[in-house]
Amino acid sequence: MSDILVLLDHTSTGALRTPVRELVTLARDLTDGGVHGVWAADGAEPSADALTELGELGVTHVHRLTSDADVRVPAVLAEGVVGLLDATGARTLLAVSSFENKELAAYLAVATGAGVVTDADALERVDGTLVVGKTVFAGTWTTRTAVRTPVAVVLVKANSVVVSPAPAAVAPQVGEHAFTASAGASRVRVVERTERPATGRPDLGSAHIVVTGGRGTEGDFTALEELADVLGGAVGATRVATDEGWIGHDAQIGQTGVTISPRLYIGAGVSGAVHHRGGMQASGTIVAINTDPDAPIFEIADFGVVGDLTTVVPQLTAELRRLKG
Amino acid sequence: MTRSIVVRVRWANRPRCTGASEGNVPDVKIVVCVKHVPDIQSDRQIADGRTVRDGGDGTLNELDENALESALSLVEAAGEGEVVVLTVGPDDAVDAVRKGLQMGADEAVHVVDEAIAGSDAIATARVLAAAITHVGGADLVVTGMAGLDGLTSLVPAAVAALLDVPALPLAAQLEVTGSTVRVTRHLDHASEVLEAQLPALVSVTDQANEPRYPNFKGIMAARKKPVTTLTLADLGLDATLVGAAGARTEVLEAAPRPAREDRVLVTDTGDAGVRLAAYLVENQLV
Repeated sequence: MSDILVLLDHTSTGALRTPVRELVTLARDLTDGGVHGVWAADGAEPSADALTELGELGVTHVHRLTSDADVRVPAVLAEGVVGLLDATGARTLLAVSSFENKELAAYLAVATGAGVVTDADALERVDGTLVVGKTVFAGTWTTRTAVRTPVAVVLVKANSVVVSPAPAAVAPQVGEHAFTASAGASRVRVVERTERPATGRPDLGSAHIVVTGGRGTEGDFTALEELADVLGGAVGATRVATDEGWIGHDAQIGQTGVTISPRLYIGAGVSGAVHHRGGMQASGTIVAINTDPDAPIFEIADFGVVGDLTTVVPQLTAELRRLKG
Repeated sequence: MTRSIVVRVRWANRPRCTGASEGNVPDVKIVVCVKHVPDIQSDRQIADGRTVRDGGDGTLNELDENALESALSLVEAAGEGEVVVLTVGPDDAVDAVRKGLQMGADEAVHVVDEAIAGSDAIATARVLAAAITHVGGADLVVTGMAGLDGLTSLVPAAVAALLDVPALPLAAQLEVTGSTVRVTRHLDHASEVLEAQLPALVSVTDQANEPRYPNFKGIMAARKKPVTTLTLADLGLDATLVGAAGARTEVLEAAPRPAREDRVLVTDTGDAGVRLAAYLVENQLV
């Protein structure tokens, strides 16, 4: 069976983005060939730690895609990936499900005829056919989709699979795949790019635990941040909270913001409007704290507390600290 | 929080992606691609591997209202130009372009053909791109950031690729100066400012603006505006490239998720925080 490509999303210092480890874990089960990493050489090179980690996960090759054009532009990167598919004979690309990778997938689909599935949470081969699981309609339906084309591009959501190391670690071979981008692909210019500063907390999109605040916080996220820190989780927010300017727009959870499926979601002062539910309903366990017993979020909560978050949340935080010793 | 539409438009030296010949430069044209989707508040269903679209709960995809608003604001700021609202979908989908006309678009195009049913995102993009070319091209194509039914966000970049124009997706701010389009966008890990020359395609987010509501005058005026209906044959598109025949993926199974079991709801009487902590520990969630 042919090799499989995994796009290695990374930070500006060459560290792997968290969900990439899940992609490699999934990729190993889809082929008895090699798992090849694709590294867009956008100024950052793979760090020594990243290469060690990739080796432990079973990545046999890392292809650095380099170009005279700006590989941060998805239209450009797509041309490099097309070349790499040809060069390696790989027929499948896995990438993290993000807006920029959806753009990349669209270009690949047009260029290669690939079938694309976005927001996947499971992958398997059934009699040679790639079958992809995903939830749709704001997490209320589950589907299984077969990819019918020779080339498949699957974008996988974070927290879809538990990361596991390969049976035997390898030392990945690092190679360069240089390509010349077409004039057409280079028409988009990145005038400015500002990386979001690190918060010291896990990335919202891939965190295992997310503490979310809504209108009920009335703008004070202090207690929620303390709870998140005790849990080692990320802090998210509803559209109302970000529109009010209580927290940055990058914290917005919802269909048009960050879609999350953590192991544990805790919503405080969150009513559960459909736009918000669309971004979090696939979470493992849902906890809700709200003064309004009729809040729609209670319809999907595993553990609901009708109560005031300003007393319940600090009590929860204190009790968790006590239990942790 | 300000929801500013940054508009400084001077249409200048504008080449169009198709159509315009020298000496006979038509008005500036913006094509807005919209989608008719099941209302997200309704009970949405999948049957035979496809989203059920004839349940009577269809509506203009909310995120496309932001696209219409951006296009209308650009034309208003420039003091010239026309906005064409375009959709692909079954008979009912005409409601989506009518809403666009009510908001202020000048004309509407509805591509409807039985062979289109079951199209995936790329096939839909193929029909949209062919329709844009058919109506004489555009200086700017504007879309919403996603359709609230499928949420794949694949269509905008695919349309751009098929039209061979640059794509600037996810604009939270959009600015057109002369023939340069500039977009500010916020991704998961970074913010970017992108630039390209017209003709181009942009998708706009729900942060980009506050869409207008159609007023009475707009609703009345919309009745007199033209809606052109086109088929695949009109577009010269091979029916085997679209619809179920051209689909690259096939939904094998779809089922509503079972309701969550063993749900607990407590009213705080002073110890809810402690009880919640016990629940989290007991279920090995922390």
